[in-house]
Amino acid sequence: MKITLKVWRQKNANSPGWFKTYQSPALNENMSFLEMLDVVNEELANRGEEPIAFDHDCREGICGTCSCVINGKPHGPHKGIATCQTYMRSFRDGDTIVVEPFRAKAFPIIKDLVVDRKAFDRIQHAGGFISVRTGSAPDANAIPVPKENADLAMDAAQCIGCGACVAACKNASAMLFVAAKVSHLGLLPQGQPERYKRVKAMVTQMDEEGFGACTVTGSCEAVCPKEISLDFIARMNRDYGVSLLKGEPKKIAGGGAA
Amino acid sequence: MTTLNSNIPSGPLSQKWESYKFNTKLINPANKRKYKIIVVGAGLAGASASATLAELGYEVHNFVFHDSPRRAHSVAAQGGINAAKNYQNDGDSVRRLFYDTIKGGDFRAREANVHRLAEVSVNIIDQCAAQGVPFAREYGGLLDNRSFGGAQVSRTFYARGQTGQQLLLGAYSALNKMIGQGAVKSYTHSEMLDLVVVDGHAKGIIVRNLQTGDITKHNADAVVLATGGYGNVYNLSTYARGSNVTASWRAYKRGACFGNPCYTQIHPTCIPVSGDYQSKLTLMSESLRNDGRVWTPKKKEDCKKNPADIPEADRDYYLERMYSAFGNLAPRDIASRAAKTVCDEGRGIGETGLGVYLDFSDAIKRLGENKVRERYGNLFAMYHEITNEDAYKTPMRIYPAVHYTMGGLWVDYNLMSNVPGLFVLGEANFSDHGANRLGASALMQGLSDGYFVLPATISGYLATQKPDKRPNIDNPAFKQAEENVQTLTKKLLGNKGKRTPASFHKELGKLMWDYCGMARNKAGLEKGIKLISELREEYWKNVNVLGEAGEWNQQLENAGRVADFIELGELMCRDALHREESCGGHFREEYQYTPDDPETKQGLVNPGDVKRRDDAFAYVAGWEYAGAPDKAPVLNKEPLIYEEVHMSTRSYK
Ligand SMILES: Cc1cc2nc3c(=O)[nH]c(=O)nc-3n(C[C@H](O)[C@H](O)[C@H](O)COP(=O)(O)OP(=O)(O)OC[C@H]3O[C@@H](n4cnc5c(N)ncnc54)[C@H](O)[C@@H]3O)c2cc1C
Ligand code: SF4
Ligand code: FES
Repeated sequence: MKITLKVWRQKNANSPGWFKTYQSPALNENMSFLEMLDVVNEELANRGEEPIAFDHDCREGICGTCSCVINGKPHGPHKGIATCQTYMRSFRDGDTIVVEPFRAKAFPIIKDLVVDRKAFDRIQHAGGFISVRTGSAPDANAIPVPKENADLAMDAAQCIGCGACVAACKNASAMLFVAAKVSHLGLLPQGQPERYKRVKAMVTQMDEEGFGACTVTGSCEAVCPKEISLDFIARMNRDYGVSLLKGEPKKIAGGGAA
Repeated sequence: MTTLNSNIPSGPLSQKWESYKFNTKLINPANKRKYKIIVVGAGLAGASASATLAELGYEVHNFVFHDSPRRAHSVAAQGGINAAKNYQNDGDSVRRLFYDTIKGGDFRAREANVHRLAEVSVNIIDQCAAQGVPFAREYGGLLDNRSFGGAQVSRTFYARGQTGQQLLLGAYSALNKMIGQGAVKSYTHSEMLDLVVVDGHAKGIIVRNLQTGDITKHNADAVVLATGGYGNVYNLSTYARGSNVTASWRAYKRGACFGNPCYTQIHPTCIPVSGDYQSKLTLMSESLRNDGRVWTPKKKEDCKKNPADIPEADRDYYLERMYSAFGNLAPRDIASRAAKTVCDEGRGIGETGLGVYLDFSDAIKRLGENKVRERYGNLFAMYHEITNEDAYKTPMRIYPAVHYTMGGLWVDYNLMSNVPGLFVLGEANFSDHGANRLGASALMQGLSDGYFVLPATISGYLATQKPDKRPNIDNPAFKQAEENVQTLTKKLLGNKGKRTPASFHKELGKLMWDYCGMARNKAGLEKGIKLISELREEYWKNVNVLGEAGEWNQQLENAGRVADFIELGELMCRDALHREESCGGHFREEYQYTPDDPETKQGLVNPGDVKRRDDAFAYVAGWEYAGAPDKAPVLNKEPLIYEEVHMSTRSYK
């Protein structure tokens, strides 16, 4: 098969960008989408043209590095799947495929399809942890956790931090990501002591990073490669409400983003 | 020549670590903050070490080439982490985990390190559970376990098929807390490109900012590398594409010895190669062998048939047949070689004939599809995405692929390399897995090194150093190392040859797989060395790197890494050539059991199993750089002295 690629090219955050069109060489439908980009890039490089910059690492849907909006959808056509797990058999011979970076004010473009998602880390620095010094933990079976809670915490903990939820949202809100983090720890007995401080600190940092407000349209859930549920947003909103009533501080003592 | 002193503490094996901790020099809390430590890497090893060292009060600077510490390759580990908790009451103990690991490594690991690892394993699970790692639980709320290869007890803790991700997020959260407090300074998108050695001690690193291309110098009282494994020397592997050897290799070129580089792990259950464009191979976790049965057709002519049409009687469940005591849970090196053997006999399946079946139909009959889905759902889904096949209905096709490197920078009991002040943790060091790593033991080792071992051992070195005398970055050694990096970058960008770095990587990978892969022999290794050294020469004549130095430039990043892989490949072949024995994952065709050997007759091994030569090779090979890539490296030896365990024939029958 062969396809036509319309790709966003942009030298860096301060330069303007534009779409450039490339004809692919012959492709195999069992190639992954990123392998298709590899093949196109080798051809470009052999012609002396700079390869298309794109982010990737594990190529199996777990590291959250790959990004890209493919034909208008973050992570491409399939539900519950990241760009790196998308295969060319999802497209047809002769198709034109439009590839863009994730777009959000809080995710500045680094080059072409690569964006800077460090804002997510800073939200985590603000409160995404349970304070337990190495060596101070009790025996692991001393704290039983009901299986249902553990399973639900795991559902939230699966978030790969890719940022597709932000890219899909018309307000570029990071609520699904932050809700996943807050719920993972808040559902476990170990996470209770800091539960309300945590949510306050993380939401405060989220706002400072310039992510937009949530109007619960659900576009985030629809593109999330780990199918993180909107229910977690409701759960976080409840916890956030409690934190306001309790008058929790905006930063965790000694914590706060660097 | 360098003397490789393991610095193993004296005393009985089971008391060494305790007495070491008591005897080691401490640094008082007020003084700790005067010491500055650089940690490169934030996988399980680097993140846990950085967080813990900062908790102790040291000033920690953490560097990763990733955009976030959370994306280290550890995130991809699927199956689980071992610990001698004996929660299943099935006879596990520290002693048993120790012995399984030593035996699993074919008696080529250091006894004292492995015992310490088994001791510390129990603390790791406590630590991770307290951090909120959502381990799998039973209905009673207590932790669940599964079995992994090379063990007859259930000691593996897991979080669905995403254990590495969850453990890494735990370590990352500990790190975040310390970053938030300002106790760790985190440098992301920052690649270490050289080690700075001042008066023989590691005192800093040179770093390239991948976003801006800026080269910066960083000094410290000690440097810790936790930069992962080097399996991508084969190009195709189960590693993340970005995993590379550069940090270790540049340290090697500054005098750190490379231990047992030829010990690589080829994992038996990966999705077979489908075409020339392929960029990576995907692991199907070893945990699948708990319930999946491996087989191939008995008859060659059945190989292209639909597996459903091959009657039970015509199937060869070869692992169950050859290794009845462990069956489908035989260790990885053994299971991989067995797959190769049946494929070499012409009984491989799939389009290429390089594949065997991993069949869940019995498990589905026994447990029901739902239970199987609950245990392995994400793996079956991953398999489906890649192959477009439904493993609930038809057996998976699998084949061995490069997965892990047991070799790495040489370290002593303190995890310090032969360059004082340079510590190496996790997969980047050589120390605990001998010639073959058991499943679920890498996560254990990474976290053991980072949470518990290094924080206890590093004070012994630091106590000999005066932080007010720390060399600053104007020291000539820093200038020289910085120039070294600049020169290399200029050379790559100025070369203007005809080939991409990726094309060289592909060619190297093929050479490595053909001559230094699952089966090795003298003639092949000699040929491999010759071809790789020619490839190295061609690289510097013909590589072409586009773009500029002062910007985001993935081709430039890759070009430096490929150059190091090529040199490493040659060293791996040299190591494999010199080791005239077979052990674990290192299979030299010349050294295998024959039907006439007494061990075969006694039923301990099968003909074709690896044959060690303890009389001549019971040592760690620590290779020392000779000053130029085309000069033969120097071989240093650390004898493996076993005080408690007897180096016996490794039997899984
Ligand atoms: C697919 C897969 C599944 C696995 N499953 C299991 C399992 O179930 N159980 C198990 O025990 N083991 C498993 N393993 C092995 C295990 O995951 C790894 O051995 C382990 O996670 C390595 O951890 P690490 O901390 O040593 O290195 P890594 O996690 O590889 O981290 C390396 C770090 O170093 C940084 N780095 C590297 N070079 C540089 C440089 N030059 N400059 C700056 N930073 C640098 C990177 O940014 C990264 O942060 C699996 C491996 C694979 C490939
Ligand atoms: S919630 Fe989903 S889309 Fe958002 S960062 Fe996490 S995995 Fe990605
Ligand atoms: S590359 Fe890791 S999730 Fe896609």
